[in-house]
Amino acid sequence: MNFDYSEEQQLLAESVRRFVARDYAFENRKKILASPAGMSDEVWGTFAQMGLLALPLPADAGGFGGGAVDLMSVMEAIGEALVVEPFLATVGLGAQLVARAGTEEQKRNLLPAVAEGAAKLAFACTEPGSRYDLARIATRARRDGAGYFINGEKRVVLGGPWADRFVVSVRTAGGGTDAHGVSLLLVDANTPGIKRTDYVMLDGQRACDLRFDGARVPAGALLGHEGEALAAIESVVDFATALVCAEAVGAIRYANEATLEYLKTRKQFGVPIGSFQALQHRMVDMTITYEQARSMASLACTAVDGGGDAAERRRAVSAAKIKIADACRHVSQEAVQLHGGMGMTDELKVSHTFRRLTLIAQQFGDADHHLARYASAGHH
Amino acid sequence: MDLNYSTEEVAFRDTVRSWLRDNLPDELRQKTVGYDDYTRDDLMRWHRLLARQGWIAPSWPEEWGGNGWNPVQRYIFEEECGYAGAPPLIPFGLAMCGPVLIRFGTPAQKSRFLPRIYHGEDFWCQGYSEPGSGSDLASLKTRAVRSGDHYVVNGQKTWTTLAHFADWIFCLVRTGDANDKKQEGISFLLIDMKTPGITVRPLKLMDGGREVNEVFFDDVKVPVENRVHDEGAGWTVAKYLLSHERMNTARIGTSRRELERLKEFAARQSSGGRPLIEDPRFRDRLTRLEVELTALSITNLRFLDQLRGGRTPGAEVSMLKIRGTEIQQMLTELMMQAAGPLAAPFEPLGDAADFDLFTAGLAPRYCNFRKTSIYAGSNEIQRNIIAKMGLGL
Repeated sequence: MNFDYSEEQQLLAESVRRFVARDYAFENRKKILASPAGMSDEVWGTFAQMGLLALPLPADAGGFGGGAVDLMSVMEAIGEALVVEPFLATVGLGAQLVARAGTEEQKRNLLPAVAEGAAKLAFACTEPGSRYDLARIATRARRDGAGYFINGEKRVVLGGPWADRFVVSVRTAGGGTDAHGVSLLLVDANTPGIKRTDYVMLDGQRACDLRFDGARVPAGALLGHEGEALAAIESVVDFATALVCAEAVGAIRYANEATLEYLKTRKQFGVPIGSFQALQHRMVDMTITYEQARSMASLACTAVDGGGDAAERRRAVSAAKIKIADACRHVSQEAVQLHGGMGMTDELKVSHTFRRLTLIAQQFGDADHHLARYASAGHH
Repeated sequence: MDLNYSTEEVAFRDTVRSWLRDNLPDELRQKTVGYDDYTRDDLMRWHRLLARQGWIAPSWPEEWGGNGWNPVQRYIFEEECGYAGAPPLIPFGLAMCGPVLIRFGTPAQKSRFLPRIYHGEDFWCQGYSEPGSGSDLASLKTRAVRSGDHYVVNGQKTWTTLAHFADWIFCLVRTGDANDKKQEGISFLLIDMKTPGITVRPLKLMDGGREVNEVFFDDVKVPVENRVHDEGAGWTVAKYLLSHERMNTARIGTSRRELERLKEFAARQSSGGRPLIEDPRFRDRLTRLEVELTALSITNLRFLDQLRGGRTPGAEVSMLKIRGTEIQQMLTELMMQAAGPLAAPFEPLGDAADFDLFTAGLAPRYCNFRKTSIYAGSNEIQRNIIAKMGLGL
């Protein structure tokens, strides 16, 4: 038993924290959000320089072979600063899919560019009405001569507006929620036959919807074996879920620190409002929630790194996400409440943390989804 | 980062586990899983078994029988005992009076009392709460007046757990004058329960069981040599006692065992034509509880990991107490809920041969466990402690 970060992990955590404190203060973030691109190439370049983009990529494809535990402190810092750059989309999802499902050649062709910050990826998975069911895919890829024709619709593709390539989950066989027949295609963002609708999300990050009307990709776009991609998708989404759990821990810590500071400085009836027991106890409960959330993020990150069996990984990740989802709601709502009217304003960072926590609670499955998944993973 | 026990910790756990398998008497384990009451002999029998093994007072100094276990080992031991269904170790001697004597006692007090506590020869109880002093402990009124080489004690203690088993009681009493501030003028006395003038009266609780008492003192003579630390220094002693390291407060092992029983029980009950455990509404409540327990066990280990450096625990203990007791209460509530209509029977009238003792015990247990968020510093007091010590509010 040992909950410490390794020396390397500590050094990384410190440098990320320093960078975020210096270059990603709330005012800087506002400017980035207001810019036409909605993200900062400079920040992205720094991520590349610091090795963050290479960290979780395989060592034989320009990476450092790190796992979710190595990224925990990075994700916490991202959550604390509310970083909007597509770290999760590119490194946590897109590149992981290539790394886990792709051929050696596909990895060598693409991942070094990701590690250097030259290529961004996005995972197109969700469809209208599919919610969190990864196998419920209606988008079809029909084999035709030397490639595939894709038809269908994808929604809320995280980081999609910035992506050079999409990893798209498609059905090459079967229907409904069949496990068999799910494939992954690596699709150039400029492929004719794709209509992209970009938007800003509630938390300031950007995403897009995609409509595929007979978009054609070469046979080499297939990642891994045709029809057998669901297991890789599930393991990558679990990996990304563990990362957002760690991100939530950072955001919750910020919300708690800001709220505690407010309780100590805001005066009413001539005294700091933190002297009121009704508020003290609520602050204490937020603190306990933080500690419990932190424990479960550690569990999720060690579980996805563990290489244990899939059922064990699913149980651990779902258990963590249940707790994290509840914690996101609890702390975000209380943080706003305890800030009073100020908590409602766009001016205060806590309202932005509220928005990110609101989305994390539902990202990759809300508590209800994971309660059901936990039970189906052999609970009893 | 590694959430699993190290090889040494696993080996330690296995040693404890196999010892428990061979040495925990089955009658005692059956009482635990049957939610039956322990007698004084049950409690002392278990105490002495552990004393013979050298495991009864791990955190005491070695000269008094401590065994040098670190906080993680102590935690593993306590959790394994809980999981195995061992009777509780009554803390009043081992974890309260003992550490107080080790810290503040005279050499004579130490050699008189510590070996008897260690070997389970004296049963101790705690004289803190009074009818008018619950959470506000320092407002206590029991008075001790010095008269030559002894004190004369008058007053009343209440909620005195297992006083009806006790040979000795340690008491906070008021020795100063009426003008003292509340925390001043308090002294810490050790009182022989056989002293004339002591009356123990049971307080019957809503579950029907007997565990707490009122203790009355009428002109009870206590030798001055039984005062621990200086006259008027009782509050210092009391604070030390309350802050004394207790990291098993979450009772993870016991809750794990109860969760397994709840699952087994719920699998045998029916709801809408399927086992209750497959009812999504019940199952989700169960899962949330299991997740909370998993989180708390990791949180507990994280806190212990931090303590290995030798830091004394602060607000962490309060967090573990709050969540640990909430989990214990929820377990009893879900168990009672799982029994459905069978939870209603309480006490057999006449022939009890066919009376279902197990299901009849579930609702009283639910009733009894309401105490956990009230005793040992109510959960509201714990929140006050965290707000003050942990958050600086």
